[in-house]
Amino acid sequence: MTVAQLQKELDLKILSMPLPEKEVSSGYTGDLLSFVMGTAQEGDAWVTIMSNLNIVAVATLTDVACVILAAGVTPDAGVIEKALEKEVNILSSPLSAYELCAMIAGQLS
Amino acid sequence: MSAPLVYRYDIDGENFTSAGEASVKVKKSLRQLGLSQDIIRRVSIAMYEGEINMVIHANGGCATVSVYPEKIEIVLDDKGPGIPNIDLAMQEGFSTAPERIRSLGFGAGMGLPNMKANTDEMKIETTVGVGTKITMTVNVNR
Repeated sequence: MTVAQLQKELDLKILSMPLPEKEVSSGYTGDLLSFVMGTAQEGDAWVTIMSNLNIVAVATLTDVACVILAAGVTPDAGVIEKALEKEVNILSSPLSAYELCAMIAGQLS
Repeated sequence: MSAPLVYRYDIDGENFTSAGEASVKVKKSLRQLGLSQDIIRRVSIAMYEGEINMVIHANGGCATVSVYPEKIEIVLDDKGPGIPNIDLAMQEGFSTAPERIRSLGFGAGMGLPNMKANTDEMKIETTVGVGTKITMTVNVNR
């Protein structure tokens, strides 16, 4: 499914979605950026509560389909601008990382 | 061996939030060169970790990426404090990153292990009080 479809199905808030047609193939959750760098896969919907600017670089380098900020986390200043510049999809939700991952799994199964 | 295509970047040690810029640029350049997704990914991850390390520990430094037909070589050079015990630093989970950095999601002790895991060769030359030079090679299989 595409990021736009996932956004709609999970009622995610759009913070930046320059690439709505990007394909979501799996999900990933984690907040330790080095760990995410080493293990997240291309096409993952990455659920995190990390909100600093570095998430944009990590998302760009791992080619994840989108970043989903969980638990109502709001991005730090400059994150959305940077995400639009680097073409990174960032969505958010008040739901917990656990709930979001369960829902993503449901959508992809 | 033909002359490599060389990209050189200064890594700003002051600005943690812009860390990763050089890696993102390298990734873009490698993509334009038409290298495979896997090679690009490995080079990007290794370089990003190195870049972050230089920002956290060494107040920045210099990154040079040389693209040869058969390999990509990444050299990270800094004038930081050096690594007193490389074996320890190579252990997953070992980190000397300060609390401020950990709160940003770094300092998990995965940097050097990630660099090694994503490259075919990694050489660390370090002198305490002088600096560190890390040379990483990713082979390009055509």
